[in-house]
Amino acid sequence: MGFLRDLVNAIFTGPTLGPVLIFTISVGGVLALLRWYRVLTRPKVAGAALVAAVVAFALSLGDHNFRLIVAKPDNVPIVMLFFLVGFFTWLALRQAALNDERIEQGKPPREAEESEKSLTWPDLVYIEFLSTVFVTAALLLWSILLKAPLEPPSNPTETPNPSKAPWYFLGLQEMLVYYDPWMAGVVLPSMIIVGLIAVPFIDPNSKGSGYYTLKERKFSIGMFLFGFVSLWCTMIILGTFLRGPNWNFFGPFQRWDPHLLFPLVNVDLSEYVWVHWLGVGKPNSILLREMPGFLAVIAYVVLVPPLFAKRLIPVDIAAKIRGSGLPKALGEVLAAPFAAKAFFAEMYQRLGFVRYNVLMLLVLSMMSLPIKMVLRWTINLKYIVSIPEYFFNI
Amino acid sequence: MADAKAAGTETTRRGALAWLLGAWGLFGGACAVGAGAMGRFLFPNVSFDPPQTFKAGYTSDFEVGKVDERFKAKYGVWIVRNDEEIYVLSTTCTHLGCQPNYLEAEAKIKCPCHGSGFKPTGINFEGPAPRPLERFRIVLAEDGQILVDKTKKFQYELGQWDQPEAFLKV
Ligand code: FES
Repeated sequence: MGFLRDLVNAIFTGPTLGPVLIFTISVGGVLALLRWYRVLTRPKVAGAALVAAVVAFALSLGDHNFRLIVAKPDNVPIVMLFFLVGFFTWLALRQAALNDERIEQGKPPREAEESEKSLTWPDLVYIEFLSTVFVTAALLLWSILLKAPLEPPSNPTETPNPSKAPWYFLGLQEMLVYYDPWMAGVVLPSMIIVGLIAVPFIDPNSKGSGYYTLKERKFSIGMFLFGFVSLWCTMIILGTFLRGPNWNFFGPFQRWDPHLLFPLVNVDLSEYVWVHWLGVGKPNSILLREMPGFLAVIAYVVLVPPLFAKRLIPVDIAAKIRGSGLPKALGEVLAAPFAAKAFFAEMYQRLGFVRYNVLMLLVLSMMSLPIKMVLRWTINLKYIVSIPEYFFNI
Repeated sequence: MADAKAAGTETTRRGALAWLLGAWGLFGGACAVGAGAMGRFLFPNVSFDPPQTFKAGYTSDFEVGKVDERFKAKYGVWIVRNDEEIYVLSTTCTHLGCQPNYLEAEAKIKCPCHGSGFKPTGINFEGPAPRPLERFRIVLAEDGQILVDKTKKFQYELGQWDQPEAFLKV
């Protein structure tokens, strides 16, 4: 046990390996779910995963440092979130798997067989009444068992270390580590809200209304799972359990030592380009200095959508790779980007110019977050465009 | 029937308008008074804020190579002395305005909110803070004491740290 604990701590301490690993697991998990959801949501498989998670959690509780973080009243909801998000994802995908099977056999989805009519009285009122009773009881118990003490009056000269936002804002706080406040605090959150409002206007797919299905809405559900589970929930978990004093990454079983040193130097893209690669020193003109960053951002926003929209080569490369006799798994992985590209080209046909571009703008801004996070973790990139003179950084 | 009704209880067009005007006038007046009180609230009679300008003692009170934390709690500044000069650093993080901690052993200033790190010079080198900590005006008063003036700040990215009064030669 001690060996395992040390290993986990060694992996998750420090600015690179831990977050990259967690992010890989959460993205890989979502991708695997989308690909093999029929097998993975079988009660036996999902049950085994639940048992494994509970056992790992229970064993970890034996560790003093782990208990300190997990049992903190503020963090209890996040432990619940971990299990609840897992449960509801399973529930939806399980129903989708069952329905997809039926649809393939030419049968209607299960929901079609239930009667459309249900009574307000007694059915709905009954449920509502019971929920009220249970939620009230649960909240009462919770407030008795877990303390929410009044702390000493706030003192502007003493910032707790680490200073954490309430749990539901920890994702936002984590975003602020990678982007300037105007991006992470204003642009990206508004994009999330506006984007969610815009979904019904972008998505012309009328399938999946009133019943669970994954096969008929793979893109929409995949996007949602990526944004919600792989980004939002993962960042909350990262921020709660791994961010320690001085906002450094600590292992889950590690003592939060505020003096643990993490050598870390963040570098702007302009410095990488002018100083490290060209070896000439940063130019004085701001525009010239930030040219590499501007070009990168413009290329990202302006070039990617049309590039994905058009079929550049009239050959189905993905099918070629799959049929080329490579080992199956390798072929799948290699073919994936081409398949994605073909998928977007087909999407452009389906959505039309305006809707396609709005969708792409939303997808690209969502993707800008993991891109920046990975760049920060791996090559310590601070800002792509950095103009502190005018408070403008991307 | 209509004649039997008293003229005074009948709602006329003119009467309704008068009522409307009166009610809105009253409502508007109440709002104006509320806004006025609110505005007055922003200018308290007594301010308990520490003064923006203060004397920080003599240059000899400051050790070379040390970040002096005595004025952090009250005035929100660190006073740093190196081999040649003394300067005053703001204790407000340039990222989102938390108050960072000075870690003596590591000789760095580290913010607990999103992990920005600064050298004792104020230069940002890690985390998201986009620019160095700000410095404040520092001069010698007539009695030879150091006078710190927080109303004037000097920003590195604007090239202001070389200006006179951004530091004190010692
Ligand atoms: S406020 Fe200091 S790092 Fe964000």
